[in-house]
Amino acid sequence: MPRVTVTVDGVAYEEEVEPRLLLVHFLRDRLGRTGTPVGCDTGNCGSCTVMLDGRSAKSCSVLAVQADGSDVVTVEGLASGGELHPMQRAFHEEHALQCGYCTPGMIMAAIDLLRDDPDPSEEAVRQGLKGNLCRCTGYCTIVRAVRRGARAMSGEPPGETAGETAGETAGETAGETAGEPVGEGVAAP
Amino acid sequence: MTEQLDAGLVARRIAESDQVGEPRNPAEGREVGRARRRREDARLITGRTRWTDNIQFPGMLHVAFLRSPMAHARLTRVDVSAALAMPGVVAAFSGRDFDGEQGSLPCAWPVSEDVVIPDHPPMAVDRVRYVGEAVACVVATDRYKAADALEAIEADYEPLEAVLDMTEALADGAPAVHEAGNQAFTWKFSGGDAGAAFRDAPVVIDRTYVQQRLIPTAMEPRAVVAAPEGEGFTLYSATQIPHILRVMLALTTGIPEHLLRVVAPDVGGGFGSKLQVTAEEVLGLLLARRLGRPVKWTESRSEGNLTVHHGRDQIQRISLAAERDGRIRGVRVDLLADMGAYLMLVTPGVPLLGAFMYNGIYKMDAYDFTCTGVFTTKMPTDAYRGAGRPEATFAIERAVDELAAELDLDPVEVRRRNWISREEFPYTTVAGLTYDSGDYEAATERALALLGYDKLRAEQADRRERRDPVQLGIGVSTYTEMCGLAPSRVLGSLSYGAGGWEHATVRLLPTGKVEVVTGTSPHGQGHETSWSQIAADALGVPFEDVSVLHGDTAVSPRGMDTYGSRSLVVGGVAVLAACEKVKEKAKRLAAHLLEAADDDIEFADGVFRVRGTGLGGAGRTVQELALAAFAAHDLPDGFEPRLDADATFDPENFSFPHGTHLCAVEVDTETGTVAIRSYVAVDDVGRVVNPLIVEGQVHGGIAQGIGQALFEEAVYDPEGNLLTTTMADYLIPSAADLPDFVTDRTETPATSNPLGVKGVGEAGTIASTPAVVNAVVDALRPYGVHDVPMPCTPERVWRVLARSGASADRAGAVRRDENDGGAQ
Repeated sequence: MPRVTVTVDGVAYEEEVEPRLLLVHFLRDRLGRTGTPVGCDTGNCGSCTVMLDGRSAKSCSVLAVQADGSDVVTVEGLASGGELHPMQRAFHEEHALQCGYCTPGMIMAAIDLLRDDPDPSEEAVRQGLKGNLCRCTGYCTIVRAVRRGARAMSGEPPGETAGETAGETAGETAGETAGEPVGEGVAAP
Repeated sequence: MTEQLDAGLVARRIAESDQVGEPRNPAEGREVGRARRRREDARLITGRTRWTDNIQFPGMLHVAFLRSPMAHARLTRVDVSAALAMPGVVAAFSGRDFDGEQGSLPCAWPVSEDVVIPDHPPMAVDRVRYVGEAVACVVATDRYKAADALEAIEADYEPLEAVLDMTEALADGAPAVHEAGNQAFTWKFSGGDAGAAFRDAPVVIDRTYVQQRLIPTAMEPRAVVAAPEGEGFTLYSATQIPHILRVMLALTTGIPEHLLRVVAPDVGGGFGSKLQVTAEEVLGLLLARRLGRPVKWTESRSEGNLTVHHGRDQIQRISLAAERDGRIRGVRVDLLADMGAYLMLVTPGVPLLGAFMYNGIYKMDAYDFTCTGVFTTKMPTDAYRGAGRPEATFAIERAVDELAAELDLDPVEVRRRNWISREEFPYTTVAGLTYDSGDYEAATERALALLGYDKLRAEQADRRERRDPVQLGIGVSTYTEMCGLAPSRVLGSLSYGAGGWEHATVRLLPTGKVEVVTGTSPHGQGHETSWSQIAADALGVPFEDVSVLHGDTAVSPRGMDTYGSRSLVVGGVAVLAACEKVKEKAKRLAAHLLEAADDDIEFADGVFRVRGTGLGGAGRTVQELALAAFAAHDLPDGFEPRLDADATFDPENFSFPHGTHLCAVEVDTETGTVAIRSYVAVDDVGRVVNPLIVEGQVHGGIAQGIGQALFEEAVYDPEGNLLTTTMADYLIPSAADLPDFVTDRTETPATSNPLGVKGVGEAGTIASTPAVVNAVVDALRPYGVHDVPMPCTPERVWRVLARSGASADRAGAVRRDENDGGAQ
């Protein structure tokens, strides 16, 4: 069986794998990195999105052998030293998840989107995330979260949350995410 | 190397960032009404989740199912012997190998005396009735090897004619899906004299609408892990109903209920699709029992599209009699409901949940409802978000729009002339339900203002005048629904097999922390947060001091689970009731310790004091009393050394959220493309515990309703093969397909529960489908269009326009400016 060497969330692994083994099953079943879920079998839903050498990839559509020599970052590797990645924090703050099954992939895709467009418009976020499906949120809060995460990652204060009824966000402190360290292993824009 | 995640630190940081929002009404408490960010999020955003498929046990085996490629056939032979010789295969079985042991999958809703509930073996034995029905299984050491071995199983089929069309299925001489025929039941219901209402009616609107078959598509595919433990078994399942499942599995498999534990770990959405007792759950248990080892089955999405129960699939004939001024006299409904091949847990009850809703929010004298359940050779249907009520709301809201068009009245005005006015609540409808509260005027006024209704109508008139090839349509949907499934007595009168109560236990721990045990089973709804808010207010303890336990019958032994927008209105109220009982006990203990009479003790902000002594007076905190009860050194006579309580709540009425949804669409009459320009939802869900969570529920509901209106359809070919087996074929909306929703609320408290809350989980889905389709039809009315079948895809819109003769009309239409001619 082929042998693959791969770094996952900062840990180096060397494993023998069947050539047909999908990267997502390698992560989940072999390495126990179950933070990355599987939502479909056709590459449509994006739940399994990880960073493969710094760019997002749907790990159900990549063979483990194709990841040989690569650096993989999953949602489990984003937070660092007890500090959430700004995008994780933004998803929490904007209530951008309900069941949370699409969330790991959505967060990884969002971070990758910002590499190409650090300050995306609402439309750019919607177009950029159309390969990641969510059945719970209707996407409004995901769009808000990605833009909030973008502001945080560029060092801006998060500002007032769009779309919430006035009064419900009163007391929110600006700047709580500013200056937060970005998780290692994930390239910030 | 990346630093590993300090989970505790993350949780604390998240908690710090959650000190946001103010309670809506501070006098009512510090937490309820506050936009609390969810405590569930910490594990979900960091990947520290407990999905069923994450579970691994030593020696665990993997199950794969061979599924019928035929819609209807005699199963003449299944030979698994070659599979047994495959690498890694531990066992392989056909349905016959479990004959006599596997029982029949349960239907808990025998809706009528004439209902036919066919035998439904988890694995087919001698006949298959839909593509995807399990005929054999393999148990192997990993999921790949199990899938490989399916190829080696030999199964022979003698094809029978597929039965796909409901009308044809009911015709004489149609091939029979079951021996008893293709009619599952008929169910009739009426209020008032429909004959009189329709006799000489000045206006009659008579329409037929098709509720296409939908696939619920929760993001987490189903998964089951069954493990022998001690004398019994533990079943982990991606289910909405661990409690109901435990009872049903015990009845189906004969495993004694007390030796069966069911766990719903983190569950990735359900929308009704995980309100089921499935073949894979039953067989998982039977395989674990037979092999004495833990087994896991996780479905692929394509397997799931075939075999997760489907939703909707009804043909609705609705007739509406009215006066010329638009006042509705009565409504008649004749429904054909596709059951699919078998009756599953609540299959036949789903269309009947709509039976009481075809009158909508309107006053009328007469109502007549008939439903016929029909067997076909397709995947069974069952509950899908809204379950019967979206179908009913769609039909009445579409018909009312048709009435408005017929009378050349504004659709909002027709609704005003018919709806129950705010002074008339509580109001008993023609369908016999008593709507406890509501304010349709307020929600509608707010929605019209938020949309800028009059301005859009002016723009629409202008576009019509200009014969703009891109026409503007405005859709109105004023809905209510019966939800919060309960009360038990009413459910019983409808022949439903279970009650509608909900249970909670509240425990004060010795250190003053609080455990809330709930019988609801959240799978995305945020109960851990909302129930903490309710308990924190009731007991006067910090939010952070409360934890909520659920989803494991060993931890939460009593419950009716989560569906039908019932969790808050029944389960949340049970939490409050349990807290009140704990407080009564605590008060008795405080009186004893303070040497006062029970009635002289008052409670505020977590402290029990002697009345009249003011804030500075002697008192005992909740936490002090918890410790005193634990120590048990000085308790009143007969006082048990614990501060905890159970409560079960069974409301006397359903919950009736309502609202007004408005949708503006642009329809390109040359390409048939529909684009949602704006969407406004003003919902009244009574008092709100957590506005963030409510907004999220509304958003997601709207998106799913839009999915039905514009994108989604489960399609079977003429041989009964499902064509939409992947997410490339069955199209749920993406971010790029939807606009930002504008949402607001009015707040008319429910009178049927002490929290004043109404259900919210299904409201958006119920409201949005007719809002969108009404908008599409509204855009096309100048072309003589009265209906567009769902989903309103570009092709369908284009075909409807072509049939209406619009092409000739378009030939004379003013073309758009040459500058954007590229779009033509």
